[in-house]
Amino acid sequence: MSNRSSKLGKIYIVIIFLLLYMPILYLIIYSFSKGTTMTNFRGFSLTHYGELFHDKRMLAIFLDTVLIALLSSVFSTIIGTLGALGISNAKRERSRQTLLSLNNILLVSPDVIMGASFLIFFTSLKVPLGFWSVLLSHIAFEIPIVVLMVLPRLDEMSPSLINAATDLGATSGQVLSRVVLPFIQPGIIAGFFMAITYSLDDFAVTFFVTGNGFTTLSVEIYSRARQGISLEINALAGIMFVFSLILVIVYYFIENHNLVSRRKKDKLGVANQ
Amino acid sequence: MKKSFRAMFYTPYMMWLALFVIAPVGLIVYYSFFNISHQFTFDNYATFFRSGTYLTMTANSVLYAFLITLISLLISYPMALVISKLKHRDLWILLVILPTWINLLLKAYAFIGLLSHDGLVNNLFELVGLPAQHMLFTDTSFILVASYIQIPFMILPIYNSLTDISDSYIKASHDLGATNWQTLTKIIIPMTMPGIKSGVQIVFIPSLSLFMLSRLIGGNKIITLGTAVEEHFLTTMNWGMGSTIGVVLIISMVIVMLFTNTKRKRGRN
Repeated sequence: MSNRSSKLGKIYIVIIFLLLYMPILYLIIYSFSKGTTMTNFRGFSLTHYGELFHDKRMLAIFLDTVLIALLSSVFSTIIGTLGALGISNAKRERSRQTLLSLNNILLVSPDVIMGASFLIFFTSLKVPLGFWSVLLSHIAFEIPIVVLMVLPRLDEMSPSLINAATDLGATSGQVLSRVVLPFIQPGIIAGFFMAITYSLDDFAVTFFVTGNGFTTLSVEIYSRARQGISLEINALAGIMFVFSLILVIVYYFIENHNLVSRRKKDKLGVANQ
Repeated sequence: MKKSFRAMFYTPYMMWLALFVIAPVGLIVYYSFFNISHQFTFDNYATFFRSGTYLTMTANSVLYAFLITLISLLISYPMALVISKLKHRDLWILLVILPTWINLLLKAYAFIGLLSHDGLVNNLFELVGLPAQHMLFTDTSFILVASYIQIPFMILPIYNSLTDISDSYIKASHDLGATNWQTLTKIIIPMTMPGIKSGVQIVFIPSLSLFMLSRLIGGNKIITLGTAVEEHFLTTMNWGMGSTIGVVLIISMVIVMLFTNTKRKRGRN
C-alpha cells in the first residue's frame, strides 16, 4: 500500500478506536464528578465510590454475581471437558458432527429464546426461580464454549501418546490424569476464563429465570438504568472496567505462557528427532 | 478404555444436551400450541400470520437487524484490513476485544448519558453550530448503539480470515499489474468471504432479539421480536403467544445459518 493510503488507514482506526472507547471513558470520567447527572462535570470527587461501597444491597449483589460466575464456571468446565472427551472419542464422523451441532445450538440461539425456554423448563419442573435456576442456566450456556475451547487441543493430541501409556501398563484413570488432562490443560483454562466472562456478561437469560428475590449485577444495572441516571452505576462501571482489565491481562499472560512453552516443546521435539 | 469408564464421561454431558438443549426447544414448540387458558389450539399461529401488527413487527426486526449488520460490516471491514497490516497487530486486536469484556448493560447505559438532551453528542453539535437534537428514544439511536455493540464481533472473524491470506497472493496480484483497488475487490474480499459470513451470522441473529437495548435506548417505541417475547413471557404472561414468536425467531435463525453456511462451502470450492 502507498504511504498516503496507509496514513488514511491509521487515521481511520484511530477515529474508530476513539468511538469504541468513548462511551466507556465517558462513564468512568463522570463517576468522579461531584454532580448527580452525566451532563455537567462538577469537579473531582470520590463520593459516588463512597456511596457504592456503603450500599449493602449492591455489595450483596456483587458477591452473588461473583459466586454465580465462579461456581457455574467450575461446573461447566468439568462437564464441558468431559463432553469434549466424549466428542473426540466418538467413533463415527457423523455422530461427532451431530454432537457438535447440538453443542453449538445454545451458542447461536438468541438470548431471549434461551431465557424463555429455560423459564418454561424450570417452571414445568417446579424448580423455584432464584439462585438455583440462575446457576443452572449459567452452567447450561457456558458448557458449549468450554467444549469448543478444549476440543482443538484434544484433536492435536496424537493417539500414539495414549497407546504408549496403555502399553506401559497405565490404567484408564492414569491415562486420563497423567497424559490427557495435562496435555489439554491450556484449553481447559481458556474455557474456564471464557465461561467466567460469559457469566459476568449475561443479562437476558438471567433476567428471564431470576425470580423476585435474586439479582445479578446486569439485572440490577438494567432496572436502575430504566429509572434514570445514577452516578453510582458509573462508579460501578469504573470498578468493573478495572476488573475486566485485570482479567484480560491475566488471560493474555496465560495464553502467552502457553504459546512460549508450546514452542519450547516443539523445539525439543525437533531436537530429539 | 473400558465401557463403564467411557459412560461416566458421556453421562453428564448427554444429560446437559437432553435437559438444556433439546428439552427447552421442544417445550417452546409445545407451548406455542396452547392459548392463555391452557387449551390446545393453532390460534397463536393464526394470530401471528393474520394480524398486521405481528407481521410488521417481524419485518421491522429483520430490517433493523439488517441495517445493524450492514453498518457494522461497513465500519469493521476497513478496520480489520488496516489492523491486519499493522506491526503489533495482536496488541491492537486485543484492544478491539477489550470493550466486549465490559458489561453490555453498562455500555447501553453510557449512551443514555451521551445521547441525552444536554449530553456530549449534543454539546458537540452545538460547537459546530447545529441545534440540539432529540436523539434518545429514536430508531436511529437504537440502530447506531446496536451497531456500536456489535462492531468488535464483526471485526474479529474478518480479521482472522484476513490474517489467513498468504502475502504471496497479494504480491502476485500486484506483479500481474492489478491496482490496489483491484487487489482488494478481486482477491482480498473474495478470500475473506468466510470471515464476512461468520461475522454476519454472529451479528444478525442476536440483533433480531436485542430487547434490553430497545427498552433502554429505543424507549419502548421500537418493538422487535425480542421485546415481544419478553413482554409475553414476563408482563402479559401469555406464554403461548410468546412461544409462537420464539418459534418464528428460531426458524429465522435457522434460515440465516443455512444461508451463511452453504455460501461458505461454495466459497471454499
